[in-house]
Amino acid sequence: MAKKQQQPKLDANGERKQRSQAGEAWHRMKKDRGAMLGLVVVSIIILVALLANVLLDYDEDVIGMHTKERLQSPNAKHLLGTDEYGRDILFRILYGARYSLSVGLVAVAIALTIGVTLGAIAGYNGGAVEEVIMRFTDIFSSVPNMLMALVVVSALGQSMLNLMIAIGVTSVPQFVRITRATVLTVRNQEYVESARAIGLSTPKIIVSHILPNSLSPIIVQTTLRVASAIISASSLSFLGLGIPAPNPEWGSMLSGGRKFIRDYPYMTLYPGLAIMITVLSLNLLGDGLRDALDPKLKN
Amino acid sequence: MSDNNNEVLRVEDLTVYYELEEETVKAVNDISFTLDRGETIGLVGETGAGKTTTALALLRLVPDPPGVIKSGKITVCGNDMLEVPVQKLEEIRGKDIAMIFQDPMTSLNPVFTVGEQIAESIEIHEKLGKHEAYEKALDMLEMVGIPRERGAEYPHQFSGGMKQRVVIAIALACQPQLLIADEPTTALDVTIQAQVLDLIKNLKDRQGTSVIMITHDLGIVAETCDKVAVMYAGRIIETGTLDDVFNYTLHPYTEGLFNSLPNINDRKAELKPIHGLMPDPTNLPPGCAFEPRCEYACEACKTQLPELVNFSGTHKAACLRYAEEGFHIARGKKHE
Amino acid sequence: MSKTMIEVQNLTKYFKTPKGMLHAVDGVNFTIDEGKTLGVVGESGCGKSTTGRCILRLIEPTDGKVFFEGQDVTAMSSRQLHDMRQKMQIIFQDPFSSLDPRKTVAQTIQEPMIEFKIVPKDQLHAKTRELMDMVGLAGRLINTYPHELDGGRRQRIGVARAISLNPKFIVCDEPVSALDVSIQAQILNLLKELQRDLGLTYMFITHDLSVVNHFSDDIAVMYLGQLVEKAPAEELFANPIHPYTQALLSAIPIPEVGGPKRERILLKGEITSPVNLPDECRFAKRCNYSCEACRQSDPKLVEIVPGHFVACHRMNEFINH
Repeated sequence: MAKKQQQPKLDANGERKQRSQAGEAWHRMKKDRGAMLGLVVVSIIILVALLANVLLDYDEDVIGMHTKERLQSPNAKHLLGTDEYGRDILFRILYGARYSLSVGLVAVAIALTIGVTLGAIAGYNGGAVEEVIMRFTDIFSSVPNMLMALVVVSALGQSMLNLMIAIGVTSVPQFVRITRATVLTVRNQEYVESARAIGLSTPKIIVSHILPNSLSPIIVQTTLRVASAIISASSLSFLGLGIPAPNPEWGSMLSGGRKFIRDYPYMTLYPGLAIMITVLSLNLLGDGLRDALDPKLKN
Repeated sequence: MSDNNNEVLRVEDLTVYYELEEETVKAVNDISFTLDRGETIGLVGETGAGKTTTALALLRLVPDPPGVIKSGKITVCGNDMLEVPVQKLEEIRGKDIAMIFQDPMTSLNPVFTVGEQIAESIEIHEKLGKHEAYEKALDMLEMVGIPRERGAEYPHQFSGGMKQRVVIAIALACQPQLLIADEPTTALDVTIQAQVLDLIKNLKDRQGTSVIMITHDLGIVAETCDKVAVMYAGRIIETGTLDDVFNYTLHPYTEGLFNSLPNINDRKAELKPIHGLMPDPTNLPPGCAFEPRCEYACEACKTQLPELVNFSGTHKAACLRYAEEGFHIARGKKHE
Repeated sequence: MSKTMIEVQNLTKYFKTPKGMLHAVDGVNFTIDEGKTLGVVGESGCGKSTTGRCILRLIEPTDGKVFFEGQDVTAMSSRQLHDMRQKMQIIFQDPFSSLDPRKTVAQTIQEPMIEFKIVPKDQLHAKTRELMDMVGLAGRLINTYPHELDGGRRQRIGVARAISLNPKFIVCDEPVSALDVSIQAQILNLLKELQRDLGLTYMFITHDLSVVNHFSDDIAVMYLGQLVEKAPAEELFANPIHPYTQALLSAIPIPEVGGPKRERILLKGEITSPVNLPDECRFAKRCNYSCEACRQSDPKLVEIVPGHFVACHRMNEFINH
């Protein structure tokens, strides 16, 4: 194979400038157009979600009914039209980003914490501990995700927090599996043995060698799971088990517009597009991260 | 000179590049050599010298993209490999020319028995029935020293050396005229290496196969080859008979290779490694590629690309210093 | 008479496998004197790497003792072992997997020095540059990552890391077998230089006999977890006794043309599985000289002339030849 000649920037001591791993990854990701597009769109959505409650008056703009202006097609005043209660669909979608993103992020945070801990324990220890954790994970993942979420929500009652828990719990097995698999391969690398040979303790080895090297697939998985958590949340809301009305959750907006789809298709189209764009951007970002975080790839 | 009926392979001015998005890897640059029936040539060089790319080019198997055969002509048993249609190409591969790869672990398919894998190639090329092909496959196994009964076993039931024998059996199943062996014993232990080299040598003698032995080990070359071509940065820098290259060494790089090897008969002798690294194949120097590492280099070497020059009927080397009267490297006898 | 640095007594390591006990190392005895190099040769699976790792207790031996300057390493508590690591180091075979891809050259070389507080923090950088200089790494590479470097340079990082603790003993586990010949010679010369300058003692594990001959004072030949022959390098090459050693030596391809024709001894078959071994000579199945006695019992290692040990039932016949 071709060896890549480095043309490094040198500092005053004649040493190449130190570039952190994150810096290297950023450098690689900048060249990936899809990933950058994803990143920009995701950043905009996050910004919208953060600013929505400042810019919009919840009671007036988001849930306030204006019966005179009901069922208007997109026009200059209401860019995306209004729904059957005269609420502005654009405002509701912008505000809805808060729900979708927070459900996605919190649910994945729950899954990440439980999943990575269990996966790392299983992967590093092996033996009986691993066996127990992995069999439980198998049982858990044999129940369809949606069914599991339905059960959790019905058991705990309908609320935003319960929705987050329901979706979080169903995503745990993926994190357990991916963490265990990466920790397993990293654990058997010679550099881990080399760390033992210089007398590092097990916790030190895990923190300074195993976790940093297991991180990239987990980061990628996180991004992708946020996307699917948003879909799950919307699906549950669509079924009436998610965030209760009149909150402008994208899935429940989709479901609410269903009755009017023949005459007023924009009522379903725009929330649907919002879901699609968010999920697509997250997936693009995830794929880009996957490539950027692998130090073995050529820049 | 294609009137030479004994000639199995002729490579003329072959140049292969890998054209990547941002740069071009000049893997093989303008190499020529020929091989007669029953002859063995050793292609020697270090990682990145272009040995494997050369071999793949002979089979027209250079991965494309990014690999491009920029120029040159390859004639295998009278067929112009770069011109023949794909269908004919498939016929030639396996029947006229076959290849053994370095890693026997990955070149066998784990889901078929070794007997089936050998028979597959026979079935395609010799147009035999399934049963006959399988019988012949078992004959091949026996020839490489594996009992017939083991034909029904799967690759994972074989050890490394046995797998390499199976790979050789597949390569030789259709009695090719030309066998390319790419580091066939690098993955094997010394005693197994001895067995495999012995096997290749015997088969060659029996079937009159010509062999291209790609290796980095000059010891293997000395034991198995008739001719040698030393490659550096995609060029042949010295070529000749075994005796020429080993005893009348001309090129400073070849000398460097010999000096890097521990001498088994003189354990106190100091190793004299070549300093530095092989140049970046995307950015070759305009002059001699070995100049930055060469202890004999002069000003001209930096700018002028040396051509292969004849030193005797069989021996060629590409070094500018020999233009000077009386110049010779420390190693090697002078040609009369 | 020089001081004994390492003494290994009846070192044994069995691994449990589904098929039975795998005898990776089976009752190995040897000593290494201070400042000397013991070369350990053998084919893959003969237990040479496991032996090296057992000495450092990177793998816990099943049985046997290892003494380092008279101290029993196998009896040490984990705290004592931690301090011991400073004196005993290892250089790995694969320069691609033995370096953490997420650590820069500086971080990799400094890690052991930080662990043992070898130098004050403000001198760490200077010491790193000094070590890099010693192993021939250009200072500008201090902040590069391993994947940006070639195999030879990566191996130099591994060497720098190992010597950063000023160890007395280093296990070199096939340190050059993944490298090209010209680079291999560079690393071998570097290791020799360091041995001369720092008074290091090496255990040099390799499958390459010409390298081991060049590099070692004594050579131990292993077969299926056992030592079959051990002698000073010159003696072993001039006068190999064990049929396996003879076959190994005759199998070395020699890069010479026109020399005297050598008789090559070809062995039958391949190394057998080290699982559930019967009580017979382990080499008997492949040996060209095996007799009834060889299938009866496992031969013991015997000193035939001072420093030359052989384990073979028929060695007396071979000595006379």
